[in-house]
Amino acid sequence: FRTCREVTALVIAREDRIHFICQACPIFERQVLGMREALGAWRNYRDGA
Amino acid sequence: MSVPEPSSASPEQQAQWLERIEALRPTLMRLALLQLRNRAWAEDAVSEALLAAIEGLPRFGARAQVQTWVVGILKHKVLDQLRQRQREQQFEDGSDEEDPTEHMFLADGHFAQAPQVWNAPSEVLRQKQFLEVLEACMDLLPGKLGRVFLMREWLELGTDEICQELGFTPTNVWQMLSRARLRLRECLQLRWFGESRS
Repeated sequence: FRTCREVTALVIAREDRIHFICQACPIFERQVLGMREALGAWRNYRDGA
Repeated sequence: MSVPEPSSASPEQQAQWLERIEALRPTLMRLALLQLRNRAWAEDAVSEALLAAIEGLPRFGARAQVQTWVVGILKHKVLDQLRQRQREQQFEDGSDEEDPTEHMFLADGHFAQAPQVWNAPSEVLRQKQFLEVLEACMDLLPGKLGRVFLMREWLELGTDEICQELGFTPTNVWQMLSRARLRLRECLQLRWFGESRS
């Protein structure tokens, strides 16, 4: 059992290289996954789709 | 509009293709500037990409969309620029950037303010208006963070490749990417997911 600060650091780190007694961190995780999807859509958009 | 393949095209049709390639210049400039954060370097990369596209036109054969093909060329030219500039001037790592988590959490490690649910179905995340806000947020990332983040997200390099290109340690690159993602989240919260859209 770790703090939200430690857990969100892992959730973010997972994008480039997990407490969920907590209601806030799963929301943070959904935001990060939303950004992942959005960045994929942006890349397609700029690549010509 | 149906345009014949460049390899079998007449001079008039070839001119049409050249026009289409040249029309991409503002988009290419925008992308190169987003990655390189330096107008002169971006202009060099775009000029080289356009030249390579024009020279490669007979071999293009309309296998892909023109923009997809030319943006692919630009990515290589942008990476060439990064390599060339890296040799000329060592990029500093971003470890001196302010840590965005400083104001996100209380001293006990809990959120200072609980994160807000982003009501964003997939269709919203693909709207042009949203994508332009996302790009504006990437543009606001500080130079070093922005450069590394775009290498990861636009040039699609792995962290090991970024380390190799910039001479950073993996820990430095992971830290910079984390900080960039947190800043991007903060910017999207402010500019798109604020109260009026949730």
